[in-house]
Amino acid sequence: MLKNRVAITGMGIISSIGTTVEANLHALLNSKKGIAPIVNIDTRHKNEIKVGEILQTNAELAKSLHLNENHNYSRTALLGCIAAQQAVKHANIDTIDAFRTGLISATSVGGMDLTEKHFQNYNEESRKLINSHHAVDSTEKIAALLGITDFTSTISTACSSAANAIMLGARLIKSGQLDRVIVGGTDGLAKFTINGFKTLMILSDTDCTPFDANRKGLNLGEAAAYLVLESDAVVKQDNKTVLGYLAGYGNANDAFHQTASSENGEGAFLAMSKALKVAELNPEDINYINAHGTATPNNDLSEGKAIKRIYGDSVPDFSSTKAFTGHTLAAAGAIEAVYSILALQNNVMFPNLNFKTAIPELSMVPITEVTKKPLNYVLSNSFGFGGNCSTLIFSKN
Amino acid sequence: MKPCYINSAVSISAQDTLDNSSFLENTISFERKLAKAIHPNYRSFISPIASRRMATGVKMGIAAAKKALALAELETPDAIITGTGIGCIEDSEKFLNAILDNDEEFLTPTSFIQSTHNTVGAQIALTLKCKGYNVTYVQGAASFESAVLDGQLLLHENEAKTVLVGGTDELGKYLINDIILAEAAKKQPITTPFGEGAHFFSLSQSKQNNSFAAIKGLKIFNKTTPETIKTKVEDFLKEYALTTEDIDAIVLGKNGDAFDELYQTLQDSSFKSTPQLHYKHLCGEFFTASAFGFWTATNIIKQNHIPEVLKLNTINKSSYKNILLYNQLKGHQHSFTLLTSC
Repeated sequence: MLKNRVAITGMGIISSIGTTVEANLHALLNSKKGIAPIVNIDTRHKNEIKVGEILQTNAELAKSLHLNENHNYSRTALLGCIAAQQAVKHANIDTIDAFRTGLISATSVGGMDLTEKHFQNYNEESRKLINSHHAVDSTEKIAALLGITDFTSTISTACSSAANAIMLGARLIKSGQLDRVIVGGTDGLAKFTINGFKTLMILSDTDCTPFDANRKGLNLGEAAAYLVLESDAVVKQDNKTVLGYLAGYGNANDAFHQTASSENGEGAFLAMSKALKVAELNPEDINYINAHGTATPNNDLSEGKAIKRIYGDSVPDFSSTKAFTGHTLAAAGAIEAVYSILALQNNVMFPNLNFKTAIPELSMVPITEVTKKPLNYVLSNSFGFGGNCSTLIFSKN
Repeated sequence: MKPCYINSAVSISAQDTLDNSSFLENTISFERKLAKAIHPNYRSFISPIASRRMATGVKMGIAAAKKALALAELETPDAIITGTGIGCIEDSEKFLNAILDNDEEFLTPTSFIQSTHNTVGAQIALTLKCKGYNVTYVQGAASFESAVLDGQLLLHENEAKTVLVGGTDELGKYLINDIILAEAAKKQPITTPFGEGAHFFSLSQSKQNNSFAAIKGLKIFNKTTPETIKTKVEDFLKEYALTTEDIDAIVLGKNGDAFDELYQTLQDSSFKSTPQLHYKHLCGEFFTASAFGFWTATNIIKQNHIPEVLKLNTINKSSYKNILLYNQLKGHQHSFTLLTSC
């Protein structure tokens, strides 16, 4: 068993399938997807894309945080604050600084939703929003809301960001640097990212179909999710209810291309292998894989090959939940960490929606129905631009 | 955490720092609001074809990273960890302008691809074919320190034997003008120019022949006040069995704004009799400017000498063994870094 285990004692989430952990679980168990035409952003591409959008407007989100009207919160910060607050409440934390408590948050888009509105015509008033552009801004706002004065950091490794935030949090607890860390990620939808992915021609105009032979690309999404990680000592002292443990983690770089994954999924293979090693597990100990599975032609083939390099023909049950939420970029690793814990808690695997035909090169068929089975270990993948590949392994005990 | 060792230190900044032959002897002073980096001939680091598509920060980052590895005689590190506050602002601006100018039409992906904050770290990994641990930190003025802390942690955990850490930030062309205007509207604004640069360092778990300094401790914290900063620094030093008297020089991230009060409090109390240094008048203020301070401190230890241009007081020491750095931005993103001779 690992020394200095890392317990998960709280979770918070806001995504296109629900604004609480319970609502997300309910949607997952009832195959209720959050993918639809875009509402809150006026974009030229609105008829050509479908997204995983949170329907509340910024004004509604700000109201739920009791902010006054002339606040300088980006959508990323609003979502992050809501999810992080839930996580801390869920973990029954009254006095945040009763232990050495840190915050590690992830974002890729930061305050781009504000910047893209004002960039070419800042005035005296709107210049006050420039600071909200920076990636650190949402982290600062979450730290202020939660009263965290100690270690605070922000990670941006594109779509693997939140997985790396969770990983650093675990390492800081294991090495005794911190007793408790709130970890996760947040990204709001922005014209910037919609247009970016559009130019790469990897946005699907239909509901995305992860691991399907005829997949057309991804649906972008927006979300935030945070976990509370606590040391064994804190769990013992405060008699905490443990939702699950972070058993292993691995980070590697594909070193192949700025945006494309290598054909044999080298980075993904290395990240999964490292995570298994850290968790001191054999590949067959994993009961379920929550795959990255973005539904782009490149990712799913590359990730599938990496999984096959580890498992050969005995691939464990797997699915991608991206067809529920869309690809929530820097938040994805945290969203799927919450889903992995929910899977462990409820001994259930969530369906890979919209799947019809296996990719010929892989012949891998994901779980397509809500499926019950005893789960002890769940592996979750997150890969990003820049070859950044990360894997987390969650355990029940 | 166990200390780790510094085997090379490379700076590309607004001063002539890449060529290490002199240590801040003939420095430039800035009349204007911008302190742009002095660029090397990138041909010695990057192929001209690749270089043409690269933004300033990426070019500076790759060049500084490659030189840091060459000086440390290290081919491929076990991990690459980078920090950047503003990220790839040049390409972000390019893509934003393209979206806004053409109402979301006729866009090409290149600037979007290169706009993500992890571009520098990724490009270094790609150039070196380095498949090891790779993370990018974007914690404002503590971005570089976050990278160093992660590096020290990897070495401490025995997850790596060698780590390349660095910080890069580029000025960009547009947002910076509004940042300057927004700053100027403040009651006590930043008085140093705004700058840019890339700083890379090769770290190792064990002491090598070429090790010239060690990172003993590093603390990042989110909030403090002039009332508590003194206790905070003393508590930090206590963790390493040191007192303020053991510190041979303190390197401060002063930039002239109202939050310099935090530095001044330390200058007037615990470190009254300590050589006090500043550096942002030389490199400008930017999110990873503290990496210039870090580079300065490693050179002071290596050469046992403080260039005049850094001095805030007239106190000297016969040797510089323990150097403490303190940096923050607008009362946020605080960091203490403790460097020692080895």
